Amino acid sequence: MSERQEIIRIENVRFAYGERPILDDLSLTIRRGEIVAIMGASGGGKTTLLGLIGGRLTPSTGRVFIEDQNVPALSKSALYALRRRIGMLFQFGALFTDLSVFENVAFPYREQTDLSEDMIRTLVLMKLEAVGLRGAAQLMPSELSGGMARRVALARAVTLDPSIMLYDEPFTGLDPISVGIIGRLIKRLNAALGMTSIIVTHDLNETLRLADRVVVLSAGKVYCDLAPDDIRVSTDPFIRQFADGLPDGPVPFHYPARDYVGDLLAS
Amino acid sequence: MKADPISLLTSLGHAVTSRLDRLGLAARFAFAVFRVLGVVFLRFGLIIRELYFSGVRSLSIVIVSGLFVGMVLAVQGYEVLQRYGSTEALGVIVALSLVRELGPVVSALLFAGRASSAVTAEIGLMRATDQLAAMDMMAVDPLARVIAPRFLAAIFSLPLLAALFSAAGVCGAWIIGVKLIGIDDGAFWSQMQASVDVRIDIVNGVLKSIVFGVAVGLISVFEGFFAVPTAEGVSTATTRTVVTSSLAVLLLDLVLTVMMFRGLN
Amino acid sequence: MNRSQFDLAVGAFVALGILALLFLALKVGNLAGFDTGTAYVIEARFDNIGGLKVRAPVKSAGVVVGRVESISLDGETYEAVARLRISSAFRFSKDTIAIILTSGLLGEQYIGLESGGIPEYLAEGDRVMKTQSAMVLEKLISQFLFNKAAETPGQTK
Repeated sequence: MSERQEIIRIENVRFAYGERPILDDLSLTIRRGEIVAIMGASGGGKTTLLGLIGGRLTPSTGRVFIEDQNVPALSKSALYALRRRIGMLFQFGALFTDLSVFENVAFPYREQTDLSEDMIRTLVLMKLEAVGLRGAAQLMPSELSGGMARRVALARAVTLDPSIMLYDEPFTGLDPISVGIIGRLIKRLNAALGMTSIIVTHDLNETLRLADRVVVLSAGKVYCDLAPDDIRVSTDPFIRQFADGLPDGPVPFHYPARDYVGDLLAS
Repeated sequence: MKADPISLLTSLGHAVTSRLDRLGLAARFAFAVFRVLGVVFLRFGLIIRELYFSGVRSLSIVIVSGLFVGMVLAVQGYEVLQRYGSTEALGVIVALSLVRELGPVVSALLFAGRASSAVTAEIGLMRATDQLAAMDMMAVDPLARVIAPRFLAAIFSLPLLAALFSAAGVCGAWIIGVKLIGIDDGAFWSQMQASVDVRIDIVNGVLKSIVFGVAVGLISVFEGFFAVPTAEGVSTATTRTVVTSSLAVLLLDLVLTVMMFRGLN
Repeated sequence: MNRSQFDLAVGAFVALGILALLFLALKVGNLAGFDTGTAYVIEARFDNIGGLKVRAPVKSAGVVVGRVESISLDGETYEAVARLRISSAFRFSKDTIAIILTSGLLGEQYIGLESGGIPEYLAEGDRVMKTQSAMVLEKLISQFLFNKAAETPGQTK
């Protein structure tokens, strides 16, 4: 296996929301061309990690390198220049509700380039075709189903052919068909555009089909970093609870509470 | 059991510091908005769009309200003036009340209730649905593209709306005073023209509107931008915009009126 | 709504607003009145200016020819010094009289100028030589009472 180049390096990052620590001395390296899934319990810092990579959040300590640039230290214009090469798919699409599907996908072209209207039209239709929604170009976001909205958002995110794609829970709340569609699109786009993809997700099945690596977060650190096959056969209780969807295990079912009988009998 | 004075002091202290905190945040936000204003003028289409939604859509309520306020002024004014036999001064008091005070202030209050609340709700909703974050991640500054045009729309709209309010008011007063009550038409206009000075009254009224526009514009975009991204958060932000804007307009009106009209004697 | 429809609506809005402003300036205010054109400033001194205010009109034969620009007190002679800004369209002779008049019975006070016969005219900085001060109500009343008392001797209280 060829040695792939490092593209994202997260070094000893700490992050807290006020008093609550979310990420605690976390380090992670991602190589070019990989599809990396980030998993973990809810509130465990997965979305925070995406925020740090995208430069929307600043770690209290530690560094986040994208192609050798330390993201938290970048000036606004340098950060914006970097973001032109990063695409992000937000959890529910985050389409601009006052613009049509076509206008949403055309947005990055209009804002970041000087292309002619004809050129933009061609490119937008091509991107929509890639996600299977060219026929929906004139619809408004409110007229789209969840799965369709997310596909449009995906088309919008890849308009400028980014080198890095960030996905925030792309499968959450979708029917199985849509999940399959999005999963296939992620894999195809990653290969076709030579991207590196980071997916924050809860959906294990789809992830195991897609990802090259699965990174599980726990207690603000990387708990494990395995290939999908290794996840399937792991005997670690935490991973097993996660993979098999067991109600109780290292992540307890019961919220910490007093003794049950005592609580019932208390007047 | 907690000692009551202590907890009272703590909550009082907290109330003050949290408000100062927010004020500081608002000030930094205002500076950030002013910094991008230059760039925004190049995207005139965005400003025009917001002028439509804030200004044009407020036309009907402002003109109708102005008409009614003018009519009421005429009725009340006549009732008082005719006791002193000075009914031909009706035009004067109506015009001065409108141009100096009611035009700028009431149109600003109406704008705050109608247009500003809509702006706050819109921006708050964009915040709640990650649209602002998505724009930011696409390397487009939301301050320049979403916030600043709406801010500028308030500043440009208010002087025009105030003028329309005052004009409608004068017409309303004329309808009541001259047409219905029977005051002399010539006296109505000539007395008015003799007393309303363009520099002192009209220009100052326009200046007031511009100041109100800055205040109301800033408040509405600020509350929307920092709204808690939930349904209640947006609703709270919207009501806060209306309340804070109204209070700000009235307070600024007091300050400006003293500054502008005190030395006239 | 597309771009051109927005432009149309906003254009109409702005036009309407400007029309309203013009209406206010011309029909409601006095823009068509005085302040334009060149003017010269002359001085008039009074013993008592009564209720005269700055920006009060200066009229001749009832027609507005200028405005009171400033009112001050001469610290040595204790006279009121009023500077009057007169439109260059009007000339007043050097023996013009300046009188403080009241419009109506209880109205605002203004300055009336009655031009004299001398062929030389007041210029920038000149002083009006003859002035008549405002009539102060209290003095009028006490004068009236005094006259009344003088007319009927032997019947004073």
